[in-house]
Amino acid sequence: MTVTAEQFTFLANMLREKSAISIGPGKEYLVESRLTPVAKAIGLPDLSALIDELQRPFPNATVRDRVIEAMTTNETSFFRDHHPFDTLRTHVLPDIIKANQAVRRLSIWSAASSTGQELYSIAMLLDMNFPELADWDITLVGTDLSTDVLEKARAGRFSPLEVNRGLPAPMMARYFTRDGAQYVIDEKLRKWCSFEKMNLAEPWPPMPLFDIVFCRNVLIYFELDVRQNILQRIHRSLATGGYLYLGGSESTVGVTTGFEPIRVGNTVVYRMEA
Amino acid sequence: MKALIIDDSRAMRMVLRRIVTNAGFDVVEAGDGQAALDTLDEASLPDVALIDWNMPVMDGLQFVNAVRAQPAMRNITLMMVTTESEQSQIVRALAAGAHEYLIKPFTPEALLDKLSMLGLLPVGEPANTSYETESLS
Repeated sequence: MTVTAEQFTFLANMLREKSAISIGPGKEYLVESRLTPVAKAIGLPDLSALIDELQRPFPNATVRDRVIEAMTTNETSFFRDHHPFDTLRTHVLPDIIKANQAVRRLSIWSAASSTGQELYSIAMLLDMNFPELADWDITLVGTDLSTDVLEKARAGRFSPLEVNRGLPAPMMARYFTRDGAQYVIDEKLRKWCSFEKMNLAEPWPPMPLFDIVFCRNVLIYFELDVRQNILQRIHRSLATGGYLYLGGSESTVGVTTGFEPIRVGNTVVYRMEA
Repeated sequence: MKALIIDDSRAMRMVLRRIVTNAGFDVVEAGDGQAALDTLDEASLPDVALIDWNMPVMDGLQFVNAVRAQPAMRNITLMMVTTESEQSQIVRALAAGAHEYLIKPFTPEALLDKLSMLGLLPVGEPANTSYETESLS
């Protein structure tokens, strides 16, 4: 590690203050691997020089934003962990569809959507398995803090390594077209999904009520009080009877109330309690 | 669980063997589709076949067609593992009866994810590996 303990502490405090992300001892490798490329990209020799830049009396806001973006980019893949999507298809969507028959409307939010694979997975699952929703009003929204990943998500272009990971072959064949070295997702799905910039830890813009919220493997990076606040706001963002998906190692239990954990096979999904 | 690895590259067979052995599979190898067919014993069929496409004697697609023509072998899961990456090729393989498709280069995690998705790994996390997350071609 090329930075001093004081520099690491400064960086940790800055990240916590600006993005509520919590990094502690043991995460030095993550800082090094993600921020050294940022330093090099802006012409600085190493991470230590980058942190010196951030510590200036009037730090460059663009540099600071690039650091925050680099530290908050989520790894994602199509149908990550696959069994949550099985329960989405077999239990959650049938329940929501039944409840919404009168209004014929469905809204799903992928929070911290990164490069879009999660939201596109949901879109493919809907298109392939629920033809009865063809004339429904369906809103599919992905939000993320990082401008770079949002641009990539909107473009819907993925590398062979990305389409290889988690994507069932029938969906690869049906929804992707090879364009040079990349695979482009079907235009219908690109138009169906919208991706917007949003910081979960800051005030949220006005949003509709959602029937299903995916917030997987992102809350683990926040301190407990921020996690509680986000979950409480998610609760207020859910329509009656709505569902929340968290990451496999995350839970609302012990963090906030208002959610009923429901186990379906290997998935625990959280149903909003009124 | 038993895996049949079919690839004319010895190096690729070694790589695939390492990944699936570490995931708990017993392994049988073959250098082409005909040799692979010759290994199939109805008394002890593999659970999954990892099949390269372009091989001498009998290629991967021909192997898939041959296996799918035999009702006794209908329970073998057939996964193409190939550099053929055009959508038309994926469609051809699936139409012939392949269940899954993995494009080279791939990471160990991508292969294990596919096996997990097919129900061929213990439910939950993919098998732990000692591999770096690197591309394998």
